[in-house]
Amino acid sequence: MLDDIDRRILRHLQADPSLSTSELAERCRITSGVCWRRIEKMEASGIIQGQEAVIDWAALGYAVEVSLRVTLDKTQARAFDEFTAQARKVPEVIEIQTFLGRVDVRLSVIARDMSHYQQIYRDRILTLPHIADIEALMHIARVKRDEALPV
Amino acid sequence: MIELDDIDRKLLQALAQDATQSAGALGRRFGLSQPASWRRIKRLQDSGAIKGRRLRLNAEALGFGVTVFLGVKLARKGQVSLEDFERAVSAIPEVQTVEHVLGLYDYRLRVVARDLADFERVLRRRIMTLPGAGDVEANVLLSEERLPGPIGVSSAPGPETPDGGSSAQR
Repeated sequence: MLDDIDRRILRHLQADPSLSTSELAERCRITSGVCWRRIEKMEASGIIQGQEAVIDWAALGYAVEVSLRVTLDKTQARAFDEFTAQARKVPEVIEIQTFLGRVDVRLSVIARDMSHYQQIYRDRILTLPHIADIEALMHIARVKRDEALPV
Repeated sequence: MIELDDIDRKLLQALAQDATQSAGALGRRFGLSQPASWRRIKRLQDSGAIKGRRLRLNAEALGFGVTVFLGVKLARKGQVSLEDFERAVSAIPEVQTVEHVLGLYDYRLRVVARDLADFERVLRRRIMTLPGAGDVEANVLLSEERLPGPIGVSSAPGPETPDGGSSAQR
């Protein structure tokens, strides 16, 4: 299990994943050797899965982001599988989440502008199989987005 | 707005999967010299196309078994300050993301908890007591996948060509 040092490392690394091992060790007040071994161990046990670059879609010209909350026709046994398989093929869909609750599936859709969004919505989204209902939430701003775990 | 060519797209996609790859290794993969690869990556960073790195952790292995998305509607009656709400909700450690949205709800929160009992504690003690919090809808996350997005397919037709100025941003 994790101890205090592991948690300290994860906290600092979540805040700034680009830190070098020696910078990280200094912030955690441990030696580089200890720090390196701890990270190795957490990587080997699958706790640390890797690092990913975060893409800013707005900087790439995708100014619009919409959350589509989809309710599926559950009388169709394969509704979930068929819907997500088709949704995966839409390039502007950047996230697919499935839920237990009032909403079945949520899609994150990005578009260059509202007319581009409308085109995607009509041609690629409404044509997805087994949709019973769709609600749209339009993103205005991200207030917090670090996705850090409170370790 | 930054224009990307096919190699930029490949680099961006590779880095979105694993940001720790060196410029040299990526260059070898896509047929670039180390300096050329480095310059392209630097341009992606400087232009803001890459806005940072995220550490990918196994939430379950760390004891966070439940992720819940909350739609929160602000109570309209009193004059609720958005800033007060945003500051208070962002300060809750279990709240991972806060998005201001337009539609059925005002805010969309991603909340992690150890289990459903722990989630209920966070919901009752921290979320419901926020200044201005009104209706709340909870959906428990079952599965999640992130897709490469429109850079993933270099052969993508149509929308890939920028349409002369209608998409204003940066």
